[in-house]
Amino acid sequence: MINGTEKILVCCGTGCIANGALGVADAIQAELDARGLSGDVEVSAQVVRTGCSGECEQGPIVRFMPRDLMYYRVKERDAAAIVDSLDGEPVQKLLFKKDGQTYEHMADNPYYALQHKVVLKDVGIIDPLSIDDYIARGGYEGLKKALAMTPDEIITEVEKSGLRGKGGAGFPTGRKWRTAAGYDVFPKYIVCNGDEGDPGAFMDGSTMEGSPHAVIEGMIIGALAIGAEEGVLYIRDEYALARDHIQHAIDDAYKAGILGESIMGSGHKLDLSIVRGGGAFVCGESTALMASIEGRVGEPRAKYIRSVQRGLFDHPTVLNNVESLASIPTILRDGGEKYAEIGTEGSKGTKVFAMVGKVKHTGLVEVPMGTTLRTLIYDIGGGIIDDRPFKAIQTGGPSGGCIPESLLDLPVDFDTLTEYGAMMGSGGMIVMDDRSCMVEVARYYVDFLCEESCGKCTPCREGLRQMRAILTDICEGRGKPGDIELLERIGRTMQDASLCALGRTAPNPVMTTIKFFRDEYEAHIESKECPAGVCADLTQFAIKPDACTGCGLCSRACPAGAITGGRKEVHVIDPAKCIACGSCREACRFDAVLTERRPA
Amino acid sequence: MTDQEQASKISEIIEAYPADQRFALAAMQDMQHAFNYIPEEGLSALAAYLGCAEAQLYSMATFYKALSLTPKGDHIVKICNGTACHLRGAMNLATELKRNLGIDPGETTEDGTFSVELVNCLGSCALAPVMLVDGTYHNKLRVEQIPGIIESYANGGEVSAHD
Repeated sequence: MINGTEKILVCCGTGCIANGALGVADAIQAELDARGLSGDVEVSAQVVRTGCSGECEQGPIVRFMPRDLMYYRVKERDAAAIVDSLDGEPVQKLLFKKDGQTYEHMADNPYYALQHKVVLKDVGIIDPLSIDDYIARGGYEGLKKALAMTPDEIITEVEKSGLRGKGGAGFPTGRKWRTAAGYDVFPKYIVCNGDEGDPGAFMDGSTMEGSPHAVIEGMIIGALAIGAEEGVLYIRDEYALARDHIQHAIDDAYKAGILGESIMGSGHKLDLSIVRGGGAFVCGESTALMASIEGRVGEPRAKYIRSVQRGLFDHPTVLNNVESLASIPTILRDGGEKYAEIGTEGSKGTKVFAMVGKVKHTGLVEVPMGTTLRTLIYDIGGGIIDDRPFKAIQTGGPSGGCIPESLLDLPVDFDTLTEYGAMMGSGGMIVMDDRSCMVEVARYYVDFLCEESCGKCTPCREGLRQMRAILTDICEGRGKPGDIELLERIGRTMQDASLCALGRTAPNPVMTTIKFFRDEYEAHIESKECPAGVCADLTQFAIKPDACTGCGLCSRACPAGAITGGRKEVHVIDPAKCIACGSCREACRFDAVLTERRPA
Repeated sequence: MTDQEQASKISEIIEAYPADQRFALAAMQDMQHAFNYIPEEGLSALAAYLGCAEAQLYSMATFYKALSLTPKGDHIVKICNGTACHLRGAMNLATELKRNLGIDPGETTEDGTFSVELVNCLGSCALAPVMLVDGTYHNKLRVEQIPGIIESYANGGEVSAHD
């Protein structure tokens, strides 16, 4: 029997919406309406639109409370079956299946079982547009505790937690707050860095979308600790949904007396507002971000004087990342020591990663610091798509590095990966298989950074441009002996002499791919060959006659009309027409497409 | 839109903000949103309102990717070139669009129907490669689907993103 406690949670994160989640939510609502199950509270089942559940590739995801069933890849036409299953058998075809086993509940699903949720604990469960949902799950309890404490006590609690800045730099949050609190210059500001620019990373966007009040609560606690009465959330231009949800949450918090003239009647004042980013990667750098808020071009400055002393409008400013701020409410509510029980000696707590690329289960995961890359990729991520060989994992975005198979058992925390020339970074993890060309990947990142370098300092501006030219030459068959050494020299200069972290870390993708995949560079330069079959100028495709079944998938996938062959006949690729896009290789289910060196 | 209408829309956007430099970016973003680019008149009107040099706003308009000083086409095709999309063949989508429309990313077709842009990560990496046409997502897109999608927009219609 339906008894009125049922909730149907429809994930409406960016990924699921792109997969049609809004239509699914409407269809389920319409189905409930049609059966008269939505009007009377006693027998109602609520449709709740939640934030990102994490497993974006399997979306749209529908979850059922209180029975905790998880349905995946739901279509609008499944609405009737889903409503039927409210008090009946689960809809078998929508359940998660792995290795022949079916998983009904979220907790059993291996994707979630190894995770530890602090930042994402409410994401996918609450309606992000409902402050009541957040409060019902312990929201704003941390703030209540903070209001009964002195600023010094709040900061001590954060110090005890060992929390370090999760935007990637890993600076201890408590120490940052204590320094800012020590300056008697007013007004002070608290700024949330929501300018998540790393390609392949969407942790902060999903957190803001799915649990906006956690970010706001973290900011209020931070403001109390340092004595700020104004705060700004700088949110990336592309994140329209995150911005809407944060704005909604701010409005609700004002109405509830949590923001404004007197926070929960305490007499403390705080105003929060949103600034839309302008679409510049460098604005994720703290001083550039502040310049952008001030209404100027987002260029970084040299940090002889740090922002905690003179930041936004030349006043003491604390800038924290979304994920760090969203960890604060839990730290205050449960105590810093409890948080410090999670993680490793030097890196406490959890970290959210966006795992994407050639991995089976793409999406968001939150794990204790120190989890190994192998656990992340194979136990949680389910391994590589089509069980192809793993080649590398790229961590830390354009400033990070590519890590090979031999280092997969390293624990992921702030310090370990850095020793190997890579970094954990903000949490983007891009998995690559044997069909990813490491030289081309390096060129991709350098190309990205070349566009995004603000141009203020020479090593970054010119170094990137030269690196791009050399890497393009290598990818297009014009590489010369000595290019690798030249890339390394330019890289070292940039690491030593650039003004901000963007320039100092920009050579990382090049340096790590040279370090771990030097043979691929050499193959491109010496034998004009792309071992992965990606660089179009060096590659052509051919079909293995004995493996081809004549199914025709490749010829249908070919955009250039280069593949001919009748049904059940061996197909042939015309090298003159082939544009080396690789669509045929992706389409073939029999491994019949092979790559060859393109004759000069 | 007549010049008159444009002028009144510009003042409406600008005057919604206090005359303070810190709102320059927001006002320009609103103009970008309203006109798909920032008209020259908009830049000078904003400079006069804020009491700053037009050159200062020009430097911002050319610095920030969200802002553009040239008009865009009726349909804006955005190819996500985040890492996940790149690895799953975003550049092949760009090549195919060039074969169909004859333009590279950053350009607009001569008849003003389409603009193609290569954009930074849209945060939908699980669905890579992703292409956005006028805000509608086309997920896990294959090269061979592109001609059909382009044709449907060229004919004024819209195809379902979830076929």
